[in-house]
Amino acid sequence: METVPHNILEGRKDQVHRNRQQPFNMVCEKHSLAGSVSQRACVFCGSRVVLYPIADALHLIHGPAGCAAYTWDIRGALSSGPQLHRLSFTTDLRERDIIFGGEKKLYHALIELIDQFQPKAAFVYATCIVGVIGDDVDAVCKRVQEEKNIPALPVHSEGFKGTKKDGYKAACDAMARLVGTGDTAGIGPLSLNIMGDFNIAGETWLIKRYYEQMGLQVVASFTGDGRIDDLRRAHGAALNVVQCSGSMIHLAKDMKQRYGIPFIHVSYFGIEDMSRALYEVAEFFQDETILTRTQELVRDEISRIMPELNRYREKLTGKRACVYTGGAFKAFSLVRSLRTLGVQTVVVGSQTGSKDDYDMLRRLCDEGTILVDDTNPVELSRFVQEKGADLLIGGVKERPIAYKLGLGFCDHNHERKQILAGYEGMVNFAKEVYSSVCSPVWKLVPRRRAGSEACAEAVEPAPLSAARKVS
Amino acid sequence: MGKPKVKTKPVSVTDGCRHATRNPCRLCTPFGACMVFHGISGCVPFIHGSQGCATYIRRYLIGHYREPVDIACSNFSEPSTVFGGKQNLETGLTNVAAQYHPEMIGICTTCLAETIGDDVPMFLHEIKKQHPELPGLVHVATPSYCGTHTDGFNRAVRSVIEALAQSGVKHKGVNLFSGMLSPADLRYLKEIMTDFELSTMMLPDYSDSFDGVVWGQYEKNIEHGTALAGIAKAAGACASIEFRSTASSKDSAGGYLLKRFGTPYYGMPIPISVKDTDRFLSVVSQLSGRVPPDKYDGERGRLIDAYVDGHKYVFEKRAVVYGEEDLVVALASFLSEIGIIPALCASGGHSGRLRDALAEQIPEMMPDVTVLEDTDFWDIAAAAKDARPDLIVGNSNGYKLKRELGIPLIRVGLPIHDRIGASRILHVGYRGAQQLYDRIVNALIEQQQEESPIGYTHI
Repeated sequence: METVPHNILEGRKDQVHRNRQQPFNMVCEKHSLAGSVSQRACVFCGSRVVLYPIADALHLIHGPAGCAAYTWDIRGALSSGPQLHRLSFTTDLRERDIIFGGEKKLYHALIELIDQFQPKAAFVYATCIVGVIGDDVDAVCKRVQEEKNIPALPVHSEGFKGTKKDGYKAACDAMARLVGTGDTAGIGPLSLNIMGDFNIAGETWLIKRYYEQMGLQVVASFTGDGRIDDLRRAHGAALNVVQCSGSMIHLAKDMKQRYGIPFIHVSYFGIEDMSRALYEVAEFFQDETILTRTQELVRDEISRIMPELNRYREKLTGKRACVYTGGAFKAFSLVRSLRTLGVQTVVVGSQTGSKDDYDMLRRLCDEGTILVDDTNPVELSRFVQEKGADLLIGGVKERPIAYKLGLGFCDHNHERKQILAGYEGMVNFAKEVYSSVCSPVWKLVPRRRAGSEACAEAVEPAPLSAARKVS
Repeated sequence: MGKPKVKTKPVSVTDGCRHATRNPCRLCTPFGACMVFHGISGCVPFIHGSQGCATYIRRYLIGHYREPVDIACSNFSEPSTVFGGKQNLETGLTNVAAQYHPEMIGICTTCLAETIGDDVPMFLHEIKKQHPELPGLVHVATPSYCGTHTDGFNRAVRSVIEALAQSGVKHKGVNLFSGMLSPADLRYLKEIMTDFELSTMMLPDYSDSFDGVVWGQYEKNIEHGTALAGIAKAAGACASIEFRSTASSKDSAGGYLLKRFGTPYYGMPIPISVKDTDRFLSVVSQLSGRVPPDKYDGERGRLIDAYVDGHKYVFEKRAVVYGEEDLVVALASFLSEIGIIPALCASGGHSGRLRDALAEQIPEMMPDVTVLEDTDFWDIAAAAKDARPDLIVGNSNGYKLKRELGIPLIRVGLPIHDRIGASRILHVGYRGAQQLYDRIVNALIEQQQEESPIGYTHI
């Protein structure tokens, strides 16, 4: 095997772990090292992604235009009705506003936009600069709320105030102010809230359909295809079902404390986790009919998709994957889903995993698998080469790393346009992996990694010119 | 999924004072600066500010170019915001040096760093003294509330020249400051300069870093771009050529070289129309002392031949054009030349010079042209309805408008997030105009063909 120098920065060495080849003492949940090209974003990004799918709310970004421009209609979060979330609003602060303060502009912008779009609520995101110039966003929101008679909710998402995870919390804090303000009439005991699914390509609709098939009432979705009025009455549900590692946990805890609503953690990715989620929810309600219906649902769905999955499994068995996700919870499911397809995970990491998450990954993965927290392109490139990965699963930022190095790629982030959750999603996932890993184009790519056999046998083409200089 | 259903009360463009921006038509200043630094050989772009700034910009650039783009960041935390970002800057720079071994680090500041009052030039001076092993450090101030990505781009070019160009031996080479063009444009410009046998320092040159080949091995993707040695000799060049219609003269690199070193300066619009390319080539011809090679007569001749073949399809069609101000001016000039009325010319830029620059380029058209400066896509959409357009020329952010109006969108500029091949779109020179022309004419023909109940197979 080719030796590749790893070039891991001194300050990051304890954020990398080689499974069962060294004592486990993974360091994580720390601020990204300056100068390391972290794949993480910021607090604002965390808040923005969580609240984004709420389709009948106004999302006003208080800051210069950039933060709004970069987040305009970038996600695949669908709405069955209003599409207000797909527009991008900003106070577009200028030098003058920085000097004299932006409160007045914020006030007028809010009034103007509420009059124009008639939203059910307004979220006001404070960006870095607002935290520095000291605008009293809370006071402006309070005034607007009184004048316009809709909730105007400050989201304290100043970019520098932590990591993306702190942004999740800021979003949860804002939503917590909505929960409990609506009428819970008509909500029965067999009811739940879906938390931490964002309706990418319609996934929330699929999950909702499963629950309804089981005989359960879905009260609110946080936040996929979300609606303000649903969130306001969410405290009437009997159970919170929380997906995603970090994004909704604060709100679930808050609702448990304030309203005594228990919560369970689930994942909807992969056959194993999807089925486990449905069974755990069914068991919670201790209802024979629900349990029976759940068994039927799971049996029907699995028997429906297995023949197709097996076809992909035949093609994919023996392949190796690198998984790099935002939250680690999704990584668990991906390791399992890949295993279902005969694919071994040789590198796995996340932007925001906790020590417990990595401990779970450690137990889930094989010996020698590299676990990595908050990695950067230089490290990731070297890891996939060393391990001879055939596939990288991540977001758009990771895609060019994979493609340049001749690896297949699967987008498992919020920008994708196809369902990867649920049983149907598992088939899509298998197809996605297959169509990337087994494409004939790789035959033309000079894959110089050792130890891999792509379905398309790697062929070293005769170079037209002298060999390219390598670093 | 159907068209976006958004319940609104109509707001007229002329409603007077507007406080909110709806769907911005520009990006922030550090974005442009990062593009420039990515186009310098051995240089790593570095953002002094929050992690999100670097990540959002990377994501946007990767979505457009589909190439790896590494942008480092000092990654501000709450303490650095309160006590200043020097420590983070120092750690960040030493880490970038350790991981990338660059020849230069290009540092741009965000609104956060600028506003808390970080004296970055002084920090860099002190850091360099403490760490003499660090590579060259070039700083550009890019608070995002001052200007647009275009301003950030121009300021970065100027800062690099100010920092690196030294008075020295005069030489026959030329400086080319092309502005924010595509990799295909930069490649073609280099071809032209080579054909005229002019040694050229083009800054930036991201033709390879934003449009590279597939790798066999991991690369840092900082190897390509303008050579630092060439930048150092810029003052001694026989001339600077700068494509500039609206950009502020205080951000002009060519202007700086003229003023500081007396390097002759030629400013001109981005050459897309025949008129503008003729002008560019005549300057190049004059500087090189060579007549244009036959190849260019051929390209020009074929272009005009195509103009003739297609003139009826385009005559008095009406276009909505938006994007960076200089690009809008150049496109409007090209459209006018082929008989299309650039009925709405819009930009999120706020140089205040767009209207004048258009009036200079297309005086005869101005009575028919609506100009929107410092605007957003909400107002562009509203004005577009009044403009009765037949086509849209601009980046992919106009897709929703295209869908609403049911007319073709000719994708140019940046961003193009809904197609592949953004790097390969050629805009400049006779060849660029030829490609744009063919795309425009064919889009209009296709529209006509699709709308026809007959389904003609010969048009």
